[in-house]
Amino acid sequence: MTEALQEDGLVLGGLTKVLGGRVIIDNLHLVVKKGEMVSLLGPSGCGKTTTLRMIAGFLIPDKGDILLNGKDVTTLGPEKRPSAMVFQNYALWPHMTVFNNVAYPLKVRKLSKPEIEKRVHEALNLVNLMHHKDSRPSQISGGEQQRVALARALVQEPDILLLDEPLSNLDAKLRVKVREDIRDLQRRLGITTVIVTHDQDEALSISDRIAVMNAGKIEQFSTPQELYDRPETEYVANFIGSLNHLQGGYNDGQIIAGSEVVGIRPEDVIFTKGQVPGSYSATVELVVPRGHFSEVYLKRADAELRAFISSDIPAVGTTGYARISKALIYQDGKLVRVA
Amino acid sequence: MARREKTRSKSSSPVIKVFLLIMMIALAFFILGPLLWLGIHAFVSNWTYPNLYPDGWTFHWWTQVFADSALADAIRNSLIISPIVVIASMIICLPAAYAAGRLHYAGRKTFLIGMFAANSFPKIGLFASIATLYYALNLMGTVVGVIIIQLLGTIIYMTWIPAAAFAAVPRNLEEAARDAGASKFKVFRSITLRLAMPGILVAIVMSFLASFDEAQGTYLVGAPAVFTMPTEMYSLVQNYPIQVAAVFSLLLALPSVLLISLARKHIVGGQLAEGFQIK
Repeated sequence: MTEALQEDGLVLGGLTKVLGGRVIIDNLHLVVKKGEMVSLLGPSGCGKTTTLRMIAGFLIPDKGDILLNGKDVTTLGPEKRPSAMVFQNYALWPHMTVFNNVAYPLKVRKLSKPEIEKRVHEALNLVNLMHHKDSRPSQISGGEQQRVALARALVQEPDILLLDEPLSNLDAKLRVKVREDIRDLQRRLGITTVIVTHDQDEALSISDRIAVMNAGKIEQFSTPQELYDRPETEYVANFIGSLNHLQGGYNDGQIIAGSEVVGIRPEDVIFTKGQVPGSYSATVELVVPRGHFSEVYLKRADAELRAFISSDIPAVGTTGYARISKALIYQDGKLVRVA
Repeated sequence: MARREKTRSKSSSPVIKVFLLIMMIALAFFILGPLLWLGIHAFVSNWTYPNLYPDGWTFHWWTQVFADSALADAIRNSLIISPIVVIASMIICLPAAYAAGRLHYAGRKTFLIGMFAANSFPKIGLFASIATLYYALNLMGTVVGVIIIQLLGTIIYMTWIPAAAFAAVPRNLEEAARDAGASKFKVFRSITLRLAMPGILVAIVMSFLASFDEAQGTYLVGAPAVFTMPTEMYSLVQNYPIQVAAVFSLLLALPSVLLISLARKHIVGGQLAEGFQIK
């Protein structure tokens, strides 16, 4: 803890929160470095939003503490914290213009009029919305409302930016664009950011590190690549990406009887016409086109495997050979070896 | 909103259109007819069966109303008492409405339903029992007594409508303001109250009209010392020419028309309806 104290950024030390008699957050530890973008990723009900609301100050943890740039903010109200939040439905004030929405945090801080005007204009320029400054939130699109909410958060020059499922109300195309915009802004401003999401694509593409949450705990906290390549628990392996999930043991490229769980990424199943070392005879059972690749269901003597194949897609009924290039072996939910 | 209107006009067939037209004419006849009758009678010297047209036009009845001290007193009383009733009702009821709308405490439902108690049986019984209490408290025939009686009729409006308005303010709009650095009081003033305002305005208008039109209880505890416009109507109808009653009725209707047309812009203007994405 003492070592964490000296660190800039955000430190969550043993957070516990009980709501309605249920433990929502269970002794959660997390350290977000200054300028880092971290995702809290998990299914609904895993406690990620509760965690974010504790960081923002809308909830006070029952146990544990929250440090922001070395300062204990655990029991401070949201108005006293150097954090700014973008809400899932943006929470723009309908009775104010875009300008006044963004100006509100500065007016509350009693800044001078010219100063407010200058900073609001900077913030609106940052999100390319100057032309809408006199519009009401109801007159602009969802993507634009989202950017207003972002401008309203950034204008406060917060120590930490909190994003609660910021993209979930946007359509798929816009979502990709806005997430790139957010990432770009975050990098440019170097602002410490915590983003809550249930969308693994979003988390993988936007974050420096991802904290995968399950039942109020962090299952794994690492970079997107590491999370994908070496999921420490069965839960993470299942949650991130696709997985052949097989009961048994693993030996020499084959599934054998056993009490372990073998996880194989579909892209690690390689189908060839001819036999190569480590490959075994397999029949193509089903082919599902998925755009830039096809999902191919293969039947081998030891197991049925799903493979992602992007070129030379075999026809149903073809016989060939399938090789497993990488397998993750779990025992009692924990990763024991990678073969 | 615009989209909804479009689909509505598309779905109406000629039959429905004709039906709506007939309904509108009937409605206009029943609402505007009596008003027109009043409007004409306020300005005619005499117009009785079997004459097809009035005998002549005059402002005589208007001068008579304003010159008559009893009638002028009633107008003055009404214009003083009703605003006081509305303000008192706001002071008493709005905090309760906020609590009922935003906080979840035990007995909240009972409290809200209980507000109907005074409206759920003939009020005259309630007034009679209040009258006995008033004699003991020396409130009979006083303005304070009348104000308290009129308050009863406004409570239901001043609690239920603002409670719904407060409840409808999305929590995260308040949270966003807290997050932006505003104190709880500032949030209430600049966000919650501001967004609940259309509902509160409706409640003010309804309460004012309830108080302004209240006759039963006011007559019971006010007469013969305190008369308001509606209670004065009783003696008017009996003791004055019908044209004076017509003038008085128009005066009585005036505040309602004025208030509703003033508030209309704020209520229908619809910031409440537009603007935020609530899932």
